[in-house]
Amino acid sequence: MTRKVSRIPDIVISVRDLKNSFGEQVIHEDLDLDVCRGEILGVVGGSGTGKSVLMRSIIGLQQPDEGSIKVFGHNMLSEDESDVQEEGTEAQDVRKRWGVLFQGGALFSTLTVAENVQVPLREFYPDFTPRLLDELARYKINLVGLPPESANKFPSELSGGMKKRAGLARALAMDPDLLFLDEPTAGLDPIGAAKFDELTRNLQDTLGFTVFLITHDLDTLHAICDRVAVLADRHVIATGTIDELIQLDHDWITEYFTGPRGRAALGAKKNVADNERNKAMDSASDGKA
Amino acid sequence: MSLRADFEERDGEGGRTLAFNGSLSITQIGDISRRLRDVGDVSVLDISDIEHLDTVGAWLLVRTARDAEANIVGGDDDANRLIEEVRRADEPVAVERPHGPPFRAMLAELGEATIVGISSFMGLIGFFGQTVLSMGRLLAHPRRIRWNALIQRFDVVGVRALGIVGLMSFLIGVVIAQQGAVQLRAFGAEIFTINLVGRLTLRELGVLMTAIMVAGRSGSAFAAQIGTMKLTEEIDAMRTIGVSPTEALVLPRVIATVLMMPLLTVYASIIAIVGGGLLCWLALDIPPATFVSRLREVTPITDLYIALIKAPVFGAIVAISGCYQGLQVENDAEQVGLKTTAAVVQAIFVVIVLDAFFAVFFSALGWV
Repeated sequence: MTRKVSRIPDIVISVRDLKNSFGEQVIHEDLDLDVCRGEILGVVGGSGTGKSVLMRSIIGLQQPDEGSIKVFGHNMLSEDESDVQEEGTEAQDVRKRWGVLFQGGALFSTLTVAENVQVPLREFYPDFTPRLLDELARYKINLVGLPPESANKFPSELSGGMKKRAGLARALAMDPDLLFLDEPTAGLDPIGAAKFDELTRNLQDTLGFTVFLITHDLDTLHAICDRVAVLADRHVIATGTIDELIQLDHDWITEYFTGPRGRAALGAKKNVADNERNKAMDSASDGKA
Repeated sequence: MSLRADFEERDGEGGRTLAFNGSLSITQIGDISRRLRDVGDVSVLDISDIEHLDTVGAWLLVRTARDAEANIVGGDDDANRLIEEVRRADEPVAVERPHGPPFRAMLAELGEATIVGISSFMGLIGFFGQTVLSMGRLLAHPRRIRWNALIQRFDVVGVRALGIVGLMSFLIGVVIAQQGAVQLRAFGAEIFTINLVGRLTLRELGVLMTAIMVAGRSGSAFAAQIGTMKLTEEIDAMRTIGVSPTEALVLPRVIATVLMMPLLTVYASIIAIVGGGLLCWLALDIPPATFVSRLREVTPITDLYIALIKAPVFGAIVAISGCYQGLQVENDAEQVGLKTTAAVVQAIFVVIVLDAFFAVFFSALGWV
């Protein structure tokens, strides 16, 4: 598996000349995007600019009209359309290496949380013993910060935030190299959202995966994204750090990041940074004393 | 208590004036809207006497002022600000969906329905092929069979249907015997009621009624379950995990229905015969022993074969149609209802058409 990565060391997802349309309505045209290994890439854009469609194209749920999509160097569009997923195909190898968190969690409603987490494991490793599966499920559920008693609950018994965490646990089940998150903090209270951001960042630091993150949440963008890709006018108009994007002087981007909400998020980030610096200085002075 | 909104006309300095009073709000607006439309030319709307103004009242003022090119005077700051907000929002918005002349709309609807009907049928055939292919691949890798899902479907489709299928078959048997007896009595041929019950239930009604019942019970459930799973992105999640929805959802349902249908059919036929026999005993004084021995004489074993050949085919149609329609659900909850209906209608329609073909086919075989 690593051989394929070493061939293309830096780019995990590469999208070229993507075109998507529904009937007359063109969603994407000439869309290019690269996602580098180990980064958290935030994807932003106004409503209806096709952020989710882009993600669905990359993970193979939406057949684009034109263009090429490579994930881990494997061309995702060369697949024949057949629904049955043969073992040992390249696409199945890629699926083994990614995890997807859908907006509503998309948990299997007839399975408990633990069983949900076990689905990918069972699919790819049918030889695992039930005991090992249970242990792994328990571990992943703890990892994402769900209370242990939620393991045997059904999705309908969970709150929205817990569903997202359970969805994340399932997405992490296979220890993915690549994680897709579709608006992970939408609909969460600010504390829950901040915790989710922190969780994503911590897991990314620990496990070193790449994250493709769709969000509207400016706090998330500031807090955890290494780079941000801006979707507008049917393609990615710019990618870069938030500071670089603001420098670009594009109307929509400037409005997005420096509008009232953008400023608030920026201010919050500065405060956090200041606090951390103060803390560091305090502890430094403690050390001196 | 706020007062009902009202206005009076008078001639003021600026020209014809409407002086409003009362509360110009949604609860008190009454028939003002209609009266304002008939008011004709005015130049001034005086709102100095109104008690309260909300967006509905403000909209009426703005509309009247715009149409008559009148000025609104006498409002306090709050009222003026509200009126200004409403005026700014006075942009044309298409509230109703555009539609053409009724006759053309009807033709268009008819055309669309035809296309949908045909494409849905073609889709069903394509889906049938896909299911058969997946089944072949599954049989090549028997380890991938999802036994849990399959056995759960056996229970839901088969075991839990016993009650309702039994009750229905019993009553069908009674009705056939009773109606047959009434008609045959006219010829003094009541004994032929047994022929009627035996042959009709075994050959046609047992399997047909079971198929209809399974379509209503299980076909609709398949469509609704799978459709809802599509809406909640569960199917998408499956695909991204690498679980094939056909293998995990469609095949267990199809296999279970195909295997359960013959069993249910035999059960339904037996219960129907019991019902018919009971009526013969009670109403026609034909004792059960006579009934059974006569039944064995007049009912050829081919009738059972016919039922057992038709049953799995009908089961496959019901299950495939349910799963297919479920997978066609997109966008909204309305679709779940529509596709569930379509699943049942399509299944029953195809089952009855095929039943007619089977009848001709078996007659040609000499199994009469």
